[in-house]
Amino acid sequence: MTVSEGTFTSQPVGKSVPRVDVYEKVIGSAVFVDDMQFGPGLYYARLVRSPYAHARIKAVDVRKALEVPGVKAAVTGRDINTRIGLYLVDRPIFPIDRVRVVGEPVAGVVASSQEVAERAARLVEVEYEELPAVFDPVEAAQPDAPLLHPDMAQYEVANFIFPQPGTNISEHFKLRKGDVTSAWPRCAAIVEGTFRLPNIQHVPIEPHAAVALWEPSRMKGSGAAPSGEVTLWTCSQSPFAQRDLIAQSMGIPHGNLRVISPYVGGGFGGKAGVSMEVYAVALARAVQGHPVKLRMTREEEFVGTTVRQALVAQTKIGCDAEGNLLAMETRYYFSGGAYNDYGVNIARAAGYSCTGPYDIPNVKGDSYCVYTNVPIGSAMRGFGMPEIHWGIEQIMDQLAEKIAGKLPIPMDPAEFRRRNCVKTGDTILTGMEMPATDLVACIDKVTEAIDWDRREAASAPHKKRGKGIAIMWKAPAMPPNPGSSALVRFNEDATVNVEIGAQELGQGAFTVAAQVAAQALGVPYEWVRVSAPVDTKYSPYEWQTVASRITWSTGNAVKAAAEDARQQILEIVAEHWGEDPQDLDIKDGKVISYRSEEEQPLQNMVVYGLPNEGFEGWKGGPIVGRGTFMPTYVSNLDPETGQGTRAVVHYTVGAQAVELEVDTETGQVEVLKIASAYDVGKAINPDLIMTQIEGGAVHGMSSAFEGLQFDERGRPLNPNLVDYRILNAADVPREIHGDYVETPLEDGPWGARGVGEHVMVQTAPAIANAINDALGIRFNDLPLSAEKIYLGLAGVMNCE
Amino acid sequence: MAHHTISVTVNGGKEVLDVPSDMTLLEMLREKLALTGTKNGCEAGECGACTVLVDREPVNSCMMLAVEANGREITTVEGLAQDGQLHALQQAFIDHNAVQCGFCTPGMLISAHALLERNPHPAEEEIRAALVGNLCRCTGYLRIIEAVQTAAIQVAAEHGTLSASKEGDVSLPFTAEGEA
Repeated sequence: MTVSEGTFTSQPVGKSVPRVDVYEKVIGSAVFVDDMQFGPGLYYARLVRSPYAHARIKAVDVRKALEVPGVKAAVTGRDINTRIGLYLVDRPIFPIDRVRVVGEPVAGVVASSQEVAERAARLVEVEYEELPAVFDPVEAAQPDAPLLHPDMAQYEVANFIFPQPGTNISEHFKLRKGDVTSAWPRCAAIVEGTFRLPNIQHVPIEPHAAVALWEPSRMKGSGAAPSGEVTLWTCSQSPFAQRDLIAQSMGIPHGNLRVISPYVGGGFGGKAGVSMEVYAVALARAVQGHPVKLRMTREEEFVGTTVRQALVAQTKIGCDAEGNLLAMETRYYFSGGAYNDYGVNIARAAGYSCTGPYDIPNVKGDSYCVYTNVPIGSAMRGFGMPEIHWGIEQIMDQLAEKIAGKLPIPMDPAEFRRRNCVKTGDTILTGMEMPATDLVACIDKVTEAIDWDRREAASAPHKKRGKGIAIMWKAPAMPPNPGSSALVRFNEDATVNVEIGAQELGQGAFTVAAQVAAQALGVPYEWVRVSAPVDTKYSPYEWQTVASRITWSTGNAVKAAAEDARQQILEIVAEHWGEDPQDLDIKDGKVISYRSEEEQPLQNMVVYGLPNEGFEGWKGGPIVGRGTFMPTYVSNLDPETGQGTRAVVHYTVGAQAVELEVDTETGQVEVLKIASAYDVGKAINPDLIMTQIEGGAVHGMSSAFEGLQFDERGRPLNPNLVDYRILNAADVPREIHGDYVETPLEDGPWGARGVGEHVMVQTAPAIANAINDALGIRFNDLPLSAEKIYLGLAGVMNCE
Repeated sequence: MAHHTISVTVNGGKEVLDVPSDMTLLEMLREKLALTGTKNGCEAGECGACTVLVDREPVNSCMMLAVEANGREITTVEGLAQDGQLHALQQAFIDHNAVQCGFCTPGMLISAHALLERNPHPAEEEIRAALVGNLCRCTGYLRIIEAVQTAAIQVAAEHGTLSASKEGDVSLPFTAEGEA
């Protein structure tokens, strides 16, 4: 198709243009890691995993495995004794002294086929001495708990993380604002509760897979590349962070390690950072010259990659006689699992946002990440926020109820939130000023959409119907200085290649990048494509595709790159016409002059330049636009108070309301409708925002009913899609209403901020509040299983 | 491992293949024929990402041995588009933005295709029931259900079996504002 055919969308920002990646995804040609072809030289890997939650490793013997025909290598901690981590370098690739979770890899086997690798892995003999294990984060935080990391003091750590060697506490974030002690007596209503969330898993439909190729070192004396050239193909949200962490851990020069990441089949945080990918590299080193493929089974995906941390939240909140929030005291104990290299930053994020989206003058917050003998807790959509909002948003409902009777004015849960929610310019808990957002407008939109003041009769005598509301905030949680960069290049026909290191996980990052580039350049959307796959050798740097930061951060970089290219073009044409670049513009792929009304198509000139008169020489040449973005204004926070000039780049806020029915005979919940609204700053692609809102509402709803289960020795009981159910097409509500408001973000492209993670943060508490509205029963612990609700109805279970 | 020579029709083309006894149909498609549109999500018949048609019936190809496909007709996502023309389902998935990461999409399309083949006028409940075996973590399913409704009308119109009232029932939430 040439660019003159088909649709032609000028000024695409704000328009619901189709996704750039959708055609290849419906015809089956979109390539994921497992689809890549490596030929007959490909080897297969299998990991040997610990059956114990906590044990000393006494011996690892791989001799029998190596005797199996077709086995090429076996690797243990003796061969590669190093640790890896992002914020806290605590995870050995293969441990040599102890295992800390059921499923921890202690060795890996490489063979010519998957079957041989599996058979050989079973022949690796490991002698263990079982140690006492601890699974609950509150117990693990006690001084007498079994210690998981006696060497914690030696671990390298980021300067904004505060581990406590000699304990299991890998991070303790303290927030101190005002004076809670003097505030409690002034409270007219106080609600206190302990709230628990189990581990849940991301359940991307694509399991993790990685292929690594370690090419032999060059001959001695040839100079460069003493470590060999390493290529790693991964399904990753973080190709550049993987390069950095694996290079550091394994002593590979950054330039010798190339990470290539094609489309990602769902990430949700589970494909951020490094999880299983490092094993592919460690095993490939043992069989240089052969690509080695490591692919997680669904069971390994559940317990051998990462999970969302479990949380125990002990929270107390009070308000005065007018219903104004006065004080909050909270302790969050995140169950970080065996290794907390990423989880520490979740506890930190939960600490500096510990109030949820509320303006509370007196706050004492302590957020802990605690080592436990459970799967590794790491990033998952919401990054600590769904966990803390579960308790906060139920307490707000209870406070509203308590105070309502004492007030002359109506104060229902929606009104209570309008009054107390964080507003533009508030000095929030860390001391920073709240950037412009409109949470009240979001509350108004969802209460209207759910017809909040009206209560319908249930559809059957044995059913009860209720409505619930919950609100949220979330900031991108990341180091202070994560950068993005972009390049914009042209083909001869003036079609555009946008090069970014951000990843397409399904959220629409490539589509938004194409829209931003087209708008800033002045070319039709259909002329732009985004170069894929992401390849650290050729793609411009991107920190990670996480934190809902891509539309904002990468968007800024792409906009800057396109503006840079545009300026180069205008200067060449202005010189050609003898005009001022300021009188020129690019519209629909043509340079135009508002002064002389001349026109110059971009075709060819963006590559070849323009000839001088009579072909007496040329001007211009290939246009390459470059753009970067990095926030420069975020400060570290005081370790004792959590106070600082600017804790985060910004917050995205939103509200959700749900209507549901509970079957009182079975305890089953049917969610009838979910209404959501978020302040997106600027909707670059309105329909893509709706797809996030709808998918996120269902993800959030699903999360209210999910939970990984373990036996008393830490062995997983339900690591499969039958026993761990995620919502299917028959379960989802009939109606999901999505909406947004647009309060521009000061430093977002056209004012845009991210919304990908926020869309599931408050769904579980909104459902719990609706269940309480229907039944008058509160459930403090997730999941909201039918059994639990039935027992609650029968009065058997003490729910509070 | 014993090997067997089998003869199968895949997306209309005849193939004669040498397959080991324990090779699944999924492995045969992906590894022998490089038809990687069919995805491996669990290898346990639980997620539906590997759904293909075997003699027009939807099957989890990870749960069927390649040797069992001997003499049968297989349709994968690569066989849906005909003569360079997208299948109505594929176009509807595009029009409704019913695709995000795309990993479940091939299996979804095949299950929906099987449904429309046996029931050209499915009610919403029937669409939901036909897709329960295909898990999706991104979309929340509603747009997929709407896309199947739209495609059903399209397919019925092509076969001249559409009643006028039915067409009016379906709304298109995806408005192509961008088209000029």
